[in-house]
Amino acid sequence: MLAASTPTSPRENWDGEARGLAHPVDGQLDTRHGAILYLDDVTVSFDGFRALNKLTLDIGVGELRCIIGPNGAGKTTMMDVITGKTRPDSGSVFFGQTIDLTRHTEPEIAQLGIGRKFQKPTVFEAMSVHDNLALALAGNKSVWASLRSRLTGQQRDRIGELLATIRLTDHYQRPAGLLSHGQKQWLEIGMLLAQEPQLLLLDEPVAGMTDAETEKTAELLLTLKGQHSLMVVEHDMDFVGSIAQKVTVLAEGSVLAEGSLAQVQANERVIEVYLGR
Amino acid sequence: MSQPYSLKLAAAAGPRATTLGVGLLLALLMLLPLGHAVFPEGHALHVSAYTLTLTGKILCYAIVALAMDLVWGYTGLLSLGHGLFFALGGYGMGMYLMRQIGRDGNYQSDLPDFMVFLDWKELPWFWQGSEHFAWALLVIVLVPGLLALVFGWLAFRSRIKGVYFSIMTQALTFAAMLLFFRNETGFGGNNGFTDFKRILGFGIAEPATRAVLFAATVLLLALALWGARWLVQSKFGRILTAIRDAESRLMFCGYNPLYYKLAIWVLSAVLCALAGALYVPQVGIINPSEMSPGNSIEIAIWVALGGRGTLIGPVLGAGIVSGAKSWFTVAFPEYWLFFLGFLFIAATLLLPNGVLGLLRKKGAQ
Repeated sequence: MLAASTPTSPRENWDGEARGLAHPVDGQLDTRHGAILYLDDVTVSFDGFRALNKLTLDIGVGELRCIIGPNGAGKTTMMDVITGKTRPDSGSVFFGQTIDLTRHTEPEIAQLGIGRKFQKPTVFEAMSVHDNLALALAGNKSVWASLRSRLTGQQRDRIGELLATIRLTDHYQRPAGLLSHGQKQWLEIGMLLAQEPQLLLLDEPVAGMTDAETEKTAELLLTLKGQHSLMVVEHDMDFVGSIAQKVTVLAEGSVLAEGSLAQVQANERVIEVYLGR
Repeated sequence: MSQPYSLKLAAAAGPRATTLGVGLLLALLMLLPLGHAVFPEGHALHVSAYTLTLTGKILCYAIVALAMDLVWGYTGLLSLGHGLFFALGGYGMGMYLMRQIGRDGNYQSDLPDFMVFLDWKELPWFWQGSEHFAWALLVIVLVPGLLALVFGWLAFRSRIKGVYFSIMTQALTFAAMLLFFRNETGFGGNNGFTDFKRILGFGIAEPATRAVLFAATVLLLALALWGARWLVQSKFGRILTAIRDAESRLMFCGYNPLYYKLAIWVLSAVLCALAGALYVPQVGIINPSEMSPGNSIEIAIWVALGGRGTLIGPVLGAGIVSGAKSWFTVAFPEYWLFFLGFLFIAATLLLPNGVLGLLRKKGAQ
C-alpha cells in the first residue's frame, strides 16, 4: 500500500541534541490506516459561541482536500486546533494513528511534520528571501544548534530547488518585505516546503493573487499532491474547481457536505447555507 | 514591529569601514587613562579625573544601551526595567567595596558604617563571603542572571508581550527600588553604598586604579560589541529578528521562541550587571535611585535615539544623551527633563532609524 512507503516524521533526521531544549516529541507518525489526520467530535467554544461543533473529519495520505464554507464556519479555528494554537474543549485530534496533537505545542507540531500558511502572508520581512527559506529548513531547532549553524552544501542545493519551485530564484537576495503580495504568498509556501512537512495546511493561498499567479499556484499544489497531504481553505471557487477532487463544506462548526465540487454545489443544504439562497 | 527594516540596517555593524572606525575610536579612548596616570597635573597632556570618570561612566551606559538593543532592537522586547540589572551588578560590586573599607570607616568597625548605625552586631547571612573579590564577581553575574532567568521564564512562558511586558519590567524595577530603600533590607537604605577606599587593596582614587578601571570598561565595551556582532550575524541572531517581526510564523517553523527569548534576555541582564559593576568603583556611589523607573526609561531613549537594531547606534545614543545631560544639568539644571523629553519626541518623529540611520542615509547619498 501507499502508506508503507510514506516517509516518517522528521524526527529521524534529528541528531538527538534537541533534547532538553526542544522537547523531543514522542511517537512516530503511523499512517497504516491510510489517513494522516483525524478530527473526531471536536468542539471549541469562545464565550459561549461554538466555533467548532462536534467536527469530525479525516484527511487521507497524499490527498489534496479543499475546505470551503461561509465566514464564521470555523475554518481558521480548525487550523488553529490542528496546529496547537487553540485547545479543543472536547474531542480528539490525531496525526496518524498515534500522535495526539492536543498534547503538543505549536513548535512541536511543526517539527512533527505539519506546516501552516496563514491567511495573511507572513514572512520575515527584514530578511532576504534566501534567509527566510534557510530559517525554515528542517533540522535541529534548538538555541545551541542555532549558534553553531552553518548551511551545508546539501541545504544550499535544497534552497536552490525551493527558489526554483516558488519562482523566486531571481529575487533571492531581496528583503522579503519588498516582494509583491503574490510573491510573499509563494515565499510562505516555500517556507512550508522547506520544513519537509507531511501535511500542509493552506489558509487562502491565492487571496490577492493575479489570475496568472493563481493558475501557477494551482499547478504547484497539484505537483505537491501525492508526496504531501494538503488541506486548502479557499473562497475562490474557480481555483477550488481546478485543484480539488474532494471538497468538504463547513458550516457553523461542523461538516455540512462532502464530495466532488459538482456534488456539493448541487447539494440543497449547501446552496441554502453557503450561497445564502 | 512589522515595518520592513532595510537589510543594510539589519546587517549589524556592516561594512569594514565602520568596524575599522569603531576599533580606532576604542583604541583612542585607551589614550585617556594613559593621559591621566602618566602625565602629572598641570602637564598639557594630563587628563583630569573628572574627564576620565565622566567618560568611564558614559562608556558603562554605552554597554547597557548595547544590552538593551539586543532585547529591544533585535528581539522586540521593550524592557523598561534594565536599570535594575545594572543596579544589582553595582550593588554586588558595592558590597565588596564596602568590605574593602575595613576599619577605615567613620565608626572604625569591622562592619560597614550603615550597619553600625543600625546597631547591627554582626554581618547578615547574605553579606557572608563579600570580602572576596571572586565571590563578588560571582554575585555580580549570578544574582541578576538568575533574577532575569526566573522573571523571563515566567513572562515568556505565559507569552506576555508588548506593552504588558514593558509594564511588568517597570513594576519589577520599581518594587526592587522600594525594597532597597528600606534600611532593614541590609543594603544601606536610601544612602546606598559610598565612601569607598580600596579595590583589591589599591586606593580607589589613585590615578593608576582609575586608569585600570577605565581601561577595563573600554575592553568590556569592545568585547560586548564584538560578541554582539557575532551573535546577531549568526542564525541565532536571525531568529531573534524573526521573533520581533513574525513570532507566530517562527513557531510554525518549529522553533520555540521561549528559549531564544530567555537566552538573549539573560545575556542582556548579565551584560548590564557587568557594566554596573564597573560603574560603581568609578563613580564612587550606588543607591536605589539607580533602580528608579526613570533611569530605565532613559536607557530606552538612548537606544531609540541612536537607532534600534544597529549595534553602534545605541552606543552613540548613550554618549549623546549622557553627554548632553552632563552639560545641561550644569548649564540649565531646571530644563534638563524637558530637553530629554524633546529628544525622545524628536527621535521618534524625525529619526525612526535613529542617529545611525540618518548617518547611513547621508553616507548612501
